[in-house]
Order: sequence, then structure tokens, then C-alpha cells
Amino acid sequence: MTEGLVTSAYLVSGIFFVLSLGGLSKQESARKGNLYGILGMALAIIATFVKLTLDRDAGEINFQFLVPLMIGGAIIGTVLAKRVEMTSMPELVAILHSFVGAAAVLVGLSSFLDPGHAAMMGTEKLIHEIEILLGVFIGGVTFTGSVIAFGKLRGSFSGKPLLLPGRHLLNIGMVASSIWLGSEFLGQGHDQAWITLLIVMTISFVLGVHLIVAIGGADMPVVVSMLNSYSGWAAAAAGFMLKNDLLIITGALVGSSGAILSYIMCKAMNRSLAHVIFGGFGTEGGSAVSNSEMEGSITETSPEEVAEELKEAKEVMIVPGYGMAVAQAQHVVKDITEALRAKDVNVRFAIHPVAGRLPGHMNVLLAEANVPYDIVFEMDEINDGLPEVDVLLVVGANDIVNPSALEDSNSPIAGMPVIEAWNAKSVVALKRSMAAGYSGVENPLYFKDNTNMLFGDAKDTLSGVFSNLS
Amino acid sequence: MILAIPKEVTADEKRVAVSPSNISAFKKLGYEVHIEAGAGEAASMPDELYRDEGAQVVEGSEKIWTGAELILKVNPPTLEEAEMISEGVTLICFVYPARNEELIKILSAKKINLLAMDCVPRISRAQSMDALSSMANVAGYRAVVEASHCFGRFFTGQITAAGKVPPAKVLVIGAGVAGLAAIGAARNMGAIVRAFDTRPAVKDEVKSLGGEFLMLDFEEDGAGSGGYAKVMSEEFIAAEMKLFAEQAEEVDIIITTAMIPGKKSPILITEQMVKSMQRGSVIVDLAAEGGGNCELTEPGEATIAHGVTILGYTDLPSRLPTQSSRLYGNNLVKLVNLLGTADAFLIDQEDEVVRGALVLDQGTLSWPPPKVEVSQQPSAPKKQVAPVPAEKEAGGSSIFSPPFMLGLLAIILLALGWKADHEFLDQLTVFVLACFVGYMVVWNVSPSLHTPLMSVTNAISGIILVGGMLFVTGAQPWIDTKSILAGVAIFLATINVAGGFLVTQRMLKMFRKQ
Repeated sequence: MTEGLVTSAYLVSGIFFVLSLGGLSKQESARKGNLYGILGMALAIIATFVKLTLDRDAGEINFQFLVPLMIGGAIIGTVLAKRVEMTSMPELVAILHSFVGAAAVLVGLSSFLDPGHAAMMGTEKLIHEIEILLGVFIGGVTFTGSVIAFGKLRGSFSGKPLLLPGRHLLNIGMVASSIWLGSEFLGQGHDQAWITLLIVMTISFVLGVHLIVAIGGADMPVVVSMLNSYSGWAAAAAGFMLKNDLLIITGALVGSSGAILSYIMCKAMNRSLAHVIFGGFGTEGGSAVSNSEMEGSITETSPEEVAEELKEAKEVMIVPGYGMAVAQAQHVVKDITEALRAKDVNVRFAIHPVAGRLPGHMNVLLAEANVPYDIVFEMDEINDGLPEVDVLLVVGANDIVNPSALEDSNSPIAGMPVIEAWNAKSVVALKRSMAAGYSGVENPLYFKDNTNMLFGDAKDTLSGVFSNLS
Repeated sequence: MILAIPKEVTADEKRVAVSPSNISAFKKLGYEVHIEAGAGEAASMPDELYRDEGAQVVEGSEKIWTGAELILKVNPPTLEEAEMISEGVTLICFVYPARNEELIKILSAKKINLLAMDCVPRISRAQSMDALSSMANVAGYRAVVEASHCFGRFFTGQITAAGKVPPAKVLVIGAGVAGLAAIGAARNMGAIVRAFDTRPAVKDEVKSLGGEFLMLDFEEDGAGSGGYAKVMSEEFIAAEMKLFAEQAEEVDIIITTAMIPGKKSPILITEQMVKSMQRGSVIVDLAAEGGGNCELTEPGEATIAHGVTILGYTDLPSRLPTQSSRLYGNNLVKLVNLLGTADAFLIDQEDEVVRGALVLDQGTLSWPPPKVEVSQQPSAPKKQVAPVPAEKEAGGSSIFSPPFMLGLLAIILLALGWKADHEFLDQLTVFVLACFVGYMVVWNVSPSLHTPLMSVTNAISGIILVGGMLFVTGAQPWIDTKSILAGVAIFLATINVAGGFLVTQRMLKMFRKQ
């Protein structure tokens, strides 16, 4: 009877997880969604405790061991969640992925060592071994890959792609040797198999590192969503191992969620997923420096002039990019927004899907600064209306407003959908210096007649603009 | 260093070289600004405004001319003014060196530096100093205003209780800066505007202002250098004249802007065409200074011939003095910027803009400057706006085409059904269905919530802790490898659960509606 109760509890908690993701479809229901998630998780944990307490076959449940671990984990998690700066969200997400990856590896290893495994026979055992292998392998790639992504996002190591010679061969070699070792593993005796499993784990660790070091900084939105997906698949593999439907459901939900996000991000950069996974920007086809000569000249402006321009505008659009996050300029942006809205200027925001280092990164930063979400729009919603915009402020964005994506078929970013900033009546681009963007492509937008450049740290220059507004 | 702005003495000149708003820019460069009393009066810029900005108002032209080291003016100095200049001074104004040889001789004897605003090269970098364009812009606008003043009807069409009013038809010949300004102004007043230019490249600009671009059935590109059109072949001119003759019968207002620098303006509107126009029509000849594009134009005058008013005003920018002075002043600020601050004043001959404008270098004639390549119009064919096709799916991905994948899936399922046990298949069912549910649900997530989505999935993938819990067994789990590994997994997964949910909570709280 307990078995049945626990299974129903798992079912309900699976439903809660689905509701949780469903809740995120709208801002209004999003908080309820998160609550559903918490409920689902609490129910699952309680049910598992109940199961362990009542199911004597598995042996004595040891609360002294479990509870301190969980409390410790919960405290660390809470501290992380409270302390993290919104600009560092990408790092937090990446490191959390690595935890799931590591946990999947560990659960895989435990599962192999469990006496239950040794007792299995025939096909059942074969399938279980495959499940363990997959769980460990996916978990391993997720674990080290996420650690590298975390390091890149923090700037602990260079965001530049590290491209080893023959890297594709290396990847293929690693996967192939894992498969070969895996097939050996299936027939081996317990001790021998244990060693093989550890070797496969090590290979998966190296593969995870190697895959992610080859991917550049601005591809991070894709990488992070991909790792999100991997962490889901790792959890699902663990579910198969343990014959636990809840883990399978949850893993599948997370896995497909990450996969969809990766797909959306790739579309927003007009690149195939394969290109991003196998790394290196501009390494294949297209000449990175196709357009060194630029028509026109750069016009520099000052915060005072920008303030004047904003005062006379009716429609203002702000396009934030990673530079806004780096400069922590979101609060000043919000001050300017409020000052202008008080003067009945219609201020709106345009967000490119890959702005920042995480899907939806800019939305979170703006929300943190208290910008109401109903004036924040997606690229597709506003591109057609740009000619009506009087002043468009580009705050620390580059490639996502680069006209050569549409005009120059030789450009490395050709075909990428971009915010067509140049259609606005007047553009002010805030930038640290004239350096090219992540992709290394010159941006003809800066040379257009209707573009003025405001050089300097976005926070400083925008503070200047704000003080001149009032 | 004293920067002086004398009052313009040319008859009917209402402009002034610098507006009050420019003073602060000069002061920032370290100049002491002197302005002659009453200099801006005619442009509605009284002395107080200059004084408020920190300029010193000086009475009497003698004083202003003699004390200064940098003089900014609109028109070329008169001979009397030239006499007053001290030696070694720098003077910036319109010069028209080709027409004013005598003046240049006098100034040369005084060893002055003379920079001509009309000689600033028409390159992209110097656009902000291009006073000819600024003035042409004003002239184009004013041409429409003058035309409407003399024209006895509305520009815009109306349907009133008293009857229907047809819109006026305006023909603009030459779509340079002045022509485009005229097209824009006339369109804004509601007229139907047609424009002609020998350079097909300007077609888009005409259209963007709402004008209709008239085409000849004749292939010849008139784009010359320096932003001017070149002289066309005879056949072309014949075809062009035929077009003008046809248009003259139809349109109410003709604005001509065809000037060739240093040459007589071409005759585009013959007396015959004027005769064919309707009574009350107006012709504004912006090329009057070079003799006019209309055979009957009298430079500087308004005349009526065959019932058509022909305006040959040569002082159109001066007829909009406040606007012209502001724009001209801004052009001057940009040019003076190039010469550096008061302490480090330098006429840098290496700079092609300065070199181009420099007529006298300490009295030595340096005009015309050596030829430099100019590129006012980006050469037309270079632009390839053909939409770049979206990147093709990489060759390898054709293996992943849906039919292939479905087939593969079917084979795998069959094989599994054959071999695998019932329990595994049950789990697989759950897995596949959950994938579909996830797929459906996640597509609905608003893109602005993608970050919370990630952190929530982070949290719920911490469910793996349930898996860990199942392996912590035995009375002394701390000595059992399996239990220790599982314990670490539980620890890490709990960080995820707590961290993920709480950070999502924190983020979602921040999203608010206005």
C-alpha cells in the first residue's frame, strides 16, 4: 500500500512541475508557477522519506546522515540565492547546472555499487548497465562543461574560444572510445567494470571541458541553455537507472526546456546548433574583416546634447546589451526612463533574444531596476515600428544592432536577425571605445549620419544624461 | 586670443556669423569673444543674449576689426573692411575666390590667413562644416515660402463646402541639398511634388521625401565629383528640355536649382516654356546668382513675364536670418574646432578639410588646393541590400530530417519491444510523453521569463536528490563508499533545489507592471 501511495505522490509532484513550467508562460502567473515547483519538490522529498522509513528492505534509513546534508545544502543554496547580483545570474545558473551534472555522476556510481545492481540478471541487468553508463557520461559532460562555462562567465578564464588543432577528431575520438569502453563494460565482472566506468567518467569530464572551451563568450546564451538541457537528460537517465518515474518526468521536462531555449537562441543568431556546439566563431566561411573601410564618419556627442535630444523626443527606444550589465547601468537607465515618462515621452525597451549572456538576461536586469515589464518588448514586436522612434539609445550592445547582418552577405554575422536601430530618426550609441563587437565585425551603424556616439562607461555617461534631464 | 564677429555691412544682409548659443563653444576652446554691437539685431539676436553667454559687445566697426586675431564673418569683407584688418589675422567667411580677385590681392598684402567656408571640401568628414549645404537647405525651404507667397492658391488640396480645391503641382529641378529641402517643404504644405535630376542615384532620396521622381527614357548618369552634377551630352539635354516643356504646361510652380560652380547657370526654362505656363504660376530660380536657369530671370529681382512671377532672389538664406545664422554658426564652431584651442591655434595643412578651405596662407595664395578625392554620394552600386538569405542548414543536418528520424525511432522502438522488458518500456513511455509535455509547455513561456525558466528548471532538476536518498543505507553510511557518493549527490542537489527556487522567487518579485 505504501508503494502505491508513494507512486501517487510522485505523480502529483510531476504534475506540479508541469504546472510550474506552465505558470511561467505569463508574468501574472509566474510566481504561482514557482510556488507549484516548490510544492512539487516538497511533496517528492516527503514521499521519499516516507518510502525509506516504511520500506525495511532497503535497510535502516539514517536521518543523522541525511538531514544534516540536506540542511547544509539548503543553507548554501539560500545564501547563494540571496547574495547573487542580478548581473551574475548567468554564473549562478551555470554552477547550478554543474551540481546537477555532478549529482548525476555520483548517483550513477552509487547505483553501480548498490547490491541491487549486482543481483540483477540477463536483459534487465544489461539495460541497467547501459542506463548507468549514459547517466554517468551525460552527467560528466554537464558537470565539467558547466564549470568551464561558469569560469568563462565570471571571467576567471578567457572568453575567447580555445581551438585545439584537430578538435573535431578529438571529440569524435573521445565519444568513440567511450562507446567502445562501454561495450566492454557490459560484459565485465564487477571489479573490472568499476574501473571501466571510472575511465568513461574521466573521458566524459575531459570531453565536457574540451567542448566548452571551444565556445566563445557571446555564444554563452546557447551554451548555458544547452547545459540546462544536458542536466535534464542526466536526471532522466538517473530516473531510468532507479526505475523512478518522477525523475524521468522531471528530467524530460528540463531536458526539453533547455533544448527549446538552445534552439531559440541559435535561431536568434542564425546559426545551427551544430555550429555552436562544435565551437569557434567565424572559423568556417565568411571573412571576419570583410569591410574594413567604412563610409561616413563618427560623430561624437555629449551627455548634455543627448539629454536635450531626449527632452524633445516623443518616442524613445532603449536597446540594452551586455555592456549595460557590465557597467551595472540598469538603475540609471530606469531613472532616465522615469524622468522621460514623467514628461509624457513614450519610452520603450527592445530586447534581442541573445542580448546578454543568458536567455532573458536583460529582462531580469530591467526588472531588478524596477522597469515595468509591459514597456519591454521583443525584437520582433518592435522592428517594424522603429521608423517612428525619435531617439534610440543603444546601451552597450553591438552585434545585435549591426546592419551588416542584413546588408553584407560576406559578414560573419550575415543573416542574423537584428534590431534595425538605424531606422530610427536618431540613434545614440553608448560604447566604451570604438572596439569591434564580440564577433570582430565593424559596425556600420556607428558611421551612419543619424548615429551619434557617446563614449565612456555607460553608467557614468547615462548619469550625466540623467542629471541634465531634470 | 580674441575672436571677433563684425556686423555684416552688405546691403540687405540680415545674417550674423555666430549665434549666442555658439559663444560657449568658443569660450570652451579658450577664445575671448568680441561681437560688434547690433551684429545680430536683424537676425533677432540682440546684444544682451550674446552678453549673457559671456561675449563682450564692442561698439564701432573700427575697434572690432583692429583688435582681433580671428575674425568670423558671413560675407566676404568689403574693400573698406579689408583695409581695417591688421596683419597676420585669420579670417573665416564665404570668399568665392574665383570672383573676388581684387579682394584677395588686398588681403594677401596684409599677410592674413583666409579660410573660405565655400571651399570646405565636400567630403563626409566635413559635412558638419559644409556651410554651402546649410545655406542651400535654408534657400530651398525659403524658395517654397516665397513661391507660396506669390502664388494665389492653396498648396494643399481641400474639399470644402464652397467647392473642391485641387492641390498645387510643384516641379523641382535639381535634387541637391536645396532641391531636397524644397521638395520636403512643398510636400509638407500639401502640394504634389515632382522632381528631376540628372543623377538617378538621388531617386530614393526624392521618394523618401514624398516627391515623384521624373525619369527620362535615356541612359546617362550625371553624377560628377564634389556633389555636383556634371554637364550632360547634347542628346540628353534635348530630351530633358522636352520633359521640362511638357511639365511647364502642367505645373503651377517651378523651382530650379541647377548651378555649376564657377560657371554660368544652364538655361533650362525657355521663354517659350514660361509662355506655356498658366497665368499666376511662379518660378523660383535658385541659380539666379550664376545668371539663372530661366531665360527671363533677373538676378536679385522679382519680375512678372507672361503672367508668371519669376523670383530671382539671391539672398534667400538672408531672408530666414535666424535659422541661417544658427546653422552657419554651428558650421563655424566645427571648423574652428579643427584649428585647435586659443593656446594651440594651428592651421594644419595636413588636414584635408583645412587645406581645402585655405585660400591665403599668411598672404600666400594657396587656392585652388591640390585635388583630393571626394565622395559625397556613396557610389550607388556598392550597396547590396539584397536580403541575405538565412543560413542554410548545415549539410550534416539533413540526416536529422523528420522522416529519417521517425523511421529511426520506429526501428529502435521495435527492437526495444522485441528485447527489452516490460518495465523499461513503461518507463520509456513516461519519458517520451514527458518530453512532449515539456515541449508544449515550454514553447508558451514568455521570452522575458527565460532566465526564471532556467533557474526553475535548475531547481527542479535537483529532484535527483531523491535518487541519492535511495542509496544512503545501512547503519553507518559514512563508511560505505556508495552511501558517501550518494550523500555528496544529495548535498549538491539540495543546493540546487534551495538556490534555484529562491533565486527564481527573488527574480519574479522584481517583475512588475506599471
